[in-house]
Amino acid sequence: MLSISNISKSYGAIKALDDISFEVASGEIFGLIGPDGAGKTSMFRILATLLLPDQGAAKIAGLDVVRDYKALRHRIGYMPGRFSLYQDLSVAENLEFFAAVFGTSIEANYQLIAPIYDQLKPFKDRRAGALSGGMKQKLALCCALIHKPDLLLLDEPGTGVDPVSRKEFWDMLRDLRDGGLTILVSTPYMDEAALCDRVALLQNGRIMAMDTPEKITAAFSRPIFAARSADMYRLIQDLRAMPGVADCYAFGEFAHAVLDDRSLKSSDLLQYLQECGHTEVQVKNAEANIEDCFIELMKKETTHG
Amino acid sequence: MRTVFFLVQKEFLQIFRNKTMLPMILVMPVFQTLLLSFAANYEVKNLALSVVDHDLSPSSRQLTAKFEASPYFQLQGQYFSVKAADEAMAREETDIILEIPANYERDFIREGQAQLSLTANAINANKAGVGLAYAGGIAASAMDAPSLTVDNLWYNPRLDYKVFMVPGILGEIVSLIICFLTALNIVRERELGTIEQINVTPVKKWQFILGKLLPFWSLSLVMMTVGLTAGKLVFSIPIEGDIWLIALYTIAFAPTMLGLGFLISNFAQTQQQAMFTAWFFILIFILMCGLFTPLESMPEWAQWLNMLNPVKYFVEFMRLVLLKGAGLAEIGSNMLAVILYGLVVNGLAVYTYKKRI
Repeated sequence: MLSISNISKSYGAIKALDDISFEVASGEIFGLIGPDGAGKTSMFRILATLLLPDQGAAKIAGLDVVRDYKALRHRIGYMPGRFSLYQDLSVAENLEFFAAVFGTSIEANYQLIAPIYDQLKPFKDRRAGALSGGMKQKLALCCALIHKPDLLLLDEPGTGVDPVSRKEFWDMLRDLRDGGLTILVSTPYMDEAALCDRVALLQNGRIMAMDTPEKITAAFSRPIFAARSADMYRLIQDLRAMPGVADCYAFGEFAHAVLDDRSLKSSDLLQYLQECGHTEVQVKNAEANIEDCFIELMKKETTHG
Repeated sequence: MRTVFFLVQKEFLQIFRNKTMLPMILVMPVFQTLLLSFAANYEVKNLALSVVDHDLSPSSRQLTAKFEASPYFQLQGQYFSVKAADEAMAREETDIILEIPANYERDFIREGQAQLSLTANAINANKAGVGLAYAGGIAASAMDAPSLTVDNLWYNPRLDYKVFMVPGILGEIVSLIICFLTALNIVRERELGTIEQINVTPVKKWQFILGKLLPFWSLSLVMMTVGLTAGKLVFSIPIEGDIWLIALYTIAFAPTMLGLGFLISNFAQTQQQAMFTAWFFILIFILMCGLFTPLESMPEWAQWLNMLNPVKYFVEFMRLVLLKGAGLAEIGSNMLAVILYGLVVNGLAVYTYKKRI
């Protein structure tokens, strides 16, 4: 469906994308995972035919993003990271407008957007600018879908949206995928990465790893413990100094400690921390997730590269 | 064309929903026409006049009386020497000195004309110029010698300042507003990111641009109607020419300013940048359009440069048609220039508008 080969893009001296290649199969949700500034938005803008790559080529459904951009604009649905619909038009007016400029009508493709639009219907006369973050996102999705695209490009759809709406949104994406739509989505949230069929971890314009989320986490071989105490800052410093601990970083309300020494047990960490004078200490086993993998890969990149 | 229709429809929805847009379009032409016409007044009245009469004849006294009767002059004093009058001018007591030579009556009777000397305090050059022109007119009428000075003030017989200003101001305001509206409207879409959402649709460049121009194009006609009505009702400005010709010309002229706004928007990322760029041009256009200073008094190079000033054409047209009743034949070359200008500017705008970077 989507085939990207050796794409590079620079803004002056800054390399936003550095020799990126990957493929996305039909009917899959592919996630570009990376922090702000990793190059995700540049990648999306190239695929949305808004930005010209310096090098390399990208093909969507056999159409080249540079040469066949006119034909391609009928085939892709693009939802930028920032809400970009007309805030002074109502929900229904926005949808009608985008249907009209694509030469179609709401009725013609209503089936596709029905599950999403049904939730928006009570607000259809409300100005788009007055919607909540979650509702804005759903409206933007409807507008990106109204012309029945083959590929949906979603640039950081989760940003600025509450967790409940985010979960609903991902459920919708999965339904759309099951209906045969191919989706390329980017996110800085590691928990969203696990919801993709395949992900590419992006850092400084380069792909560090690409696979299914399960395989990426499975490749993380070292044991991880989650620890917490009353003084988290000192806890991280102390764990980093502990022999056998490779790395330690904040992870939600816990700190994740990655171990080199497989013989260490949670009780060893507990004892060590108590000896360091920590109170309210808690240590438990933890499963590696995408974020742990990302941090590990990122550290490798910076030490080797 | 269907796409253009939807783009225009969207634009009108937004215009009518914008709380400042409609008042700006309807109130600004009326308000500015009224305010500027009353305030930016060049009419000169009650000039302090000193008379140095060396002749002291019935004819010279008659001349002095004529000046006294005029609303433009107030007799400040009579002196017996030019030196004394000059001193009065130095003390700022007098604006204009009329010197009547000793053989005024004799020359007048014998040769039908006579020499007079007028001296004006030109610290305020405008006041001096207008004062001298008035004085010349009065002197000529006193001598009853039409060959000497022409005092037939054609097309504006009472030298009514408002009759001269209102058509020009209207032209200027309509030009200015539509240029600003277009530039700011497009840059606003860029600031909000909505332009990007449009760019990924199959909407073509010309469709997008036409979708932006048509609404403001029609608004220029609305503004013109509102402004002319206000001018007619409040100032009873003459509308000698064909009202349909004014509409036709407005339609031909508007794309120039619209295209200029569009061109500016292509080089601006924020509304602030667009605003300042537009002001840079508009200010030059307004000051050089012939509204406040006569075009003929500009140096030749500036007059050539002024060929690029669209507002000049509009102001010129408005005066020709409203005051003089010019028809299509008289304003044909003006209209052609404006249409050509519009084509070039819009061509540049389409060329520089990029859907992709």
